[in-house]
Amino acid sequence: MPSVTMKVNGKNVNAEVENRTLLVQYLRDHLNMTGTHVGCDTSQCGCCVVHVNGSSVKSCTMLAVQAEGADVVTIEGLADGEVLHPMQAAFREHHGLQCGFCTPGMVMSAVDLAKENPDPSETEIREWLEGNICRCTGYHNIVKAIAAGTKNMQG
Amino acid sequence: MAGLRYEAPNTVDAAIGLLSEVAGAKVLAGGTDLLVQIREEMIDPDLIVDIKRIDETRRIEITPDYVKIGAAMTGAELGENEELAAMWPGVIEAVELIGSWQVQGRATIGGNLCNASPAADSVPAIIASGAKIVVAGPQGVREIPAEEFPKAPGRTALEANEFVVSLVLPVPPKRSGDAYLRFIPRTEMDIAVVGAGVSVSLNEDGTCASARVALGAVAPTALLVKDAIDALLGSKLDDVTLEKLDKAARDACNPIDDKRGTIEYRTKVAGVLVRRTAAIAWERAQKQNG
Repeated sequence: MPSVTMKVNGKNVNAEVENRTLLVQYLRDHLNMTGTHVGCDTSQCGCCVVHVNGSSVKSCTMLAVQAEGADVVTIEGLADGEVLHPMQAAFREHHGLQCGFCTPGMVMSAVDLAKENPDPSETEIREWLEGNICRCTGYHNIVKAIAAGTKNMQG
Repeated sequence: MAGLRYEAPNTVDAAIGLLSEVAGAKVLAGGTDLLVQIREEMIDPDLIVDIKRIDETRRIEITPDYVKIGAAMTGAELGENEELAAMWPGVIEAVELIGSWQVQGRATIGGNLCNASPAADSVPAIIASGAKIVVAGPQGVREIPAEEFPKAPGRTALEANEFVVSLVLPVPPKRSGDAYLRFIPRTEMDIAVVGAGVSVSLNEDGTCASARVALGAVAPTALLVKDAIDALLGSKLDDVTLEKLDKAARDACNPIDDKRGTIEYRTKVAGVLVRRTAAIAWERAQKQNG
């Protein structure tokens, strides 16, 4: 089996994986980092969003071997020890979740949005979330959380 | 699928060598369609050839005579190129409709073309631009006019062991504009009921010097609509022209009935959408004097 080396949340990791292994399967099944969720099989739901070399990517659209040498950040890599990332804190503060299944992907997408657009309007936030589906339809508070989290990230 | 092999060659020749070596090998550009098809067990290839490490597939070359876009350029990368977006805004708005932000960062223009969905968003705009598809294979390199590239749903003009290296678009003359519109039942992230791509170049007096009109999702492949082009040539996009354009688009339709729209509905929408697309292309051409 091929060997793949990448950095995940700042740590170098190396493993032998089958070529068919998706990045999300590698994170969940090989590294036991189950914060990245799988909500569909078709790259639509956005639960599995992680950052690859700084850009948000649905980790089901990449093979693990394609991430050779990449710098990957998952939801587990956002908080600083016990201190939540400002976007995570905003999701808690504004109750930006119901069942919580979509939340890791929502937060990872939102952090990327904040980097691209530090002062997004409500419409821009909603447009940004086209690739993240909340099965509970709890978008209203998610949008509020992202607006607040984006502000917090600037401070 | 247990034995799936993955290779990411650095050269066009190495890619052709790999494709020739393993029957049924699949080319991966962005992977957003291919990996889903593997996951859904629609395909079970023995080899994936990732073309993203081949230099020619990963660059945009703009010369006075042509624009060459690497097949593995993503929608996000194309949208960031301001010079390209100024020349071919319709092509860019089409590629930017493919998938969500995260998919935009992976999905490629070459992949959208080769996946050969009848409803692929970039294809009508690419056809309307007059692009040629640059294909490399064991017999060498050849160029295929974009409108001759899709052959059937999921099937293209690619011969065995060939792959798309790049797309070559002309540099539009003065007073040119293009546009792409699609109609979907939702506001985002859906598959086109109809897609319409139009490019026009105007004479100094404002009449149409040249035009190309293409439709997607209304037939087994995207179509270049000859009668629609004839309707536009020499015109100033007046009401009579729009009426002819609408009819030509409707007459070209050979759609399916599905959950997104009936045959009658798709046909009607095709006429309306092509009018709107032509109006945008026209307006851009009128503003475009450089």
